[in-house]
Amino acid sequence: MTMHFEYKIEGGDFTRAGYASSQVKRSLKQLNVDPKVIKRVVVALYEAEVNVVAHAYSGIIEVYIDTEKIKMILTDKGPGISNIELAMEMGFSTATPEVREMGFGAGMGLPNIKKNSDEFKIESEVGIGTKLEIVVFIKQ
Amino acid sequence: MDNNSTSIKHSGNMKLKDVAEMLNGRVVSGIEHIDKEVEFAFSSDLMSDVLTVQKDNVILLTGLANVQALRTAEMSDISCIVFVRNKKVSVDMLKLGKESGIVLIECPSSMFRASGVLFSNGLKPVY
Repeated sequence: MTMHFEYKIEGGDFTRAGYASSQVKRSLKQLNVDPKVIKRVVVALYEAEVNVVAHAYSGIIEVYIDTEKIKMILTDKGPGISNIELAMEMGFSTATPEVREMGFGAGMGLPNIKKNSDEFKIESEVGIGTKLEIVVFIKQ
Repeated sequence: MDNNSTSIKHSGNMKLKDVAEMLNGRVVSGIEHIDKEVEFAFSSDLMSDVLTVQKDNVILLTGLANVQALRTAEMSDISCIVFVRNKKVSVDMLKLGKESGIVLIECPSSMFRASGVLFSNGLKPVY
C-alpha cells in the first residue's frame, strides 16, 4: 500500500515555508518510522521546500510513503537552474538578501538534501522550473 | 592540549530549567517540558548550518527570531531554542511553539556570553 500526500507551495511565502515538512513529520511519526529516518526525510524536504519558496513562483510537493521508502517529488515553476553542477557546490548561492535574513541562502541546501537522501535526482530547465526527486529508505 | 585536558567537566545532561536559570532567561513557551534534559548546544543565526547538525538532545542558541528558526528546530528534533541578544518571540512564533512543543526561552545576553555560560557549566558542543 502506498500513502500519497500533496502540498502546494507559494513562492516568497516564508510564513508557510515548512508547513508541508511539518505535516509529513507528523504522518511518519504516526507510522512509527525510526526517528533517525524521519529526521533525514524532513530535513531534506524542508530544505527543498525553502528552496522553492526562496527561488520559484510556485510549486507542488508530492510525497509517497510505502513500506520500503519515502519518495518526495518537488516540481516548481520558476527561473530554473542554469548550471546544476555549480548549484550543487557547497557555498554557491543565488539567494536574495531577504532569503538570507530568514537564515538561509548560504549555498548549503542542495548539498544537504543530497546528504540526507538515499536517491537524489535534479532536473531543471531555465525559464521553466526545477524538479527534485528525493528518496529515503525506511530500513537503513 | 587536547580536548580532554580542558578544565571544564562536560558531564552531559542539563535540565532545560537550569539552562533558563543560568541565562537569566524567560521561558515564554513549553514550560511543561522544562524538566527535559539536554546534552549539547549549537549556536548559530544561520539555519542552513543548524540543519546539518546530526546529534540528538541539542538546544539551539540563536539571534534569529522568526518562524523559520522554529521550523528548523522542529525538523532537526531540537527541543529548545534560546533567543539571545534580547530578541523577542512573536505571536506567530508562539503559536508554532505551542503546536510543536518546543521550549522557547528569551535571553538578554549576547550569543557569546550565553554560549560561554552553558559551555562552562558542562553542556557539550556538537563538534
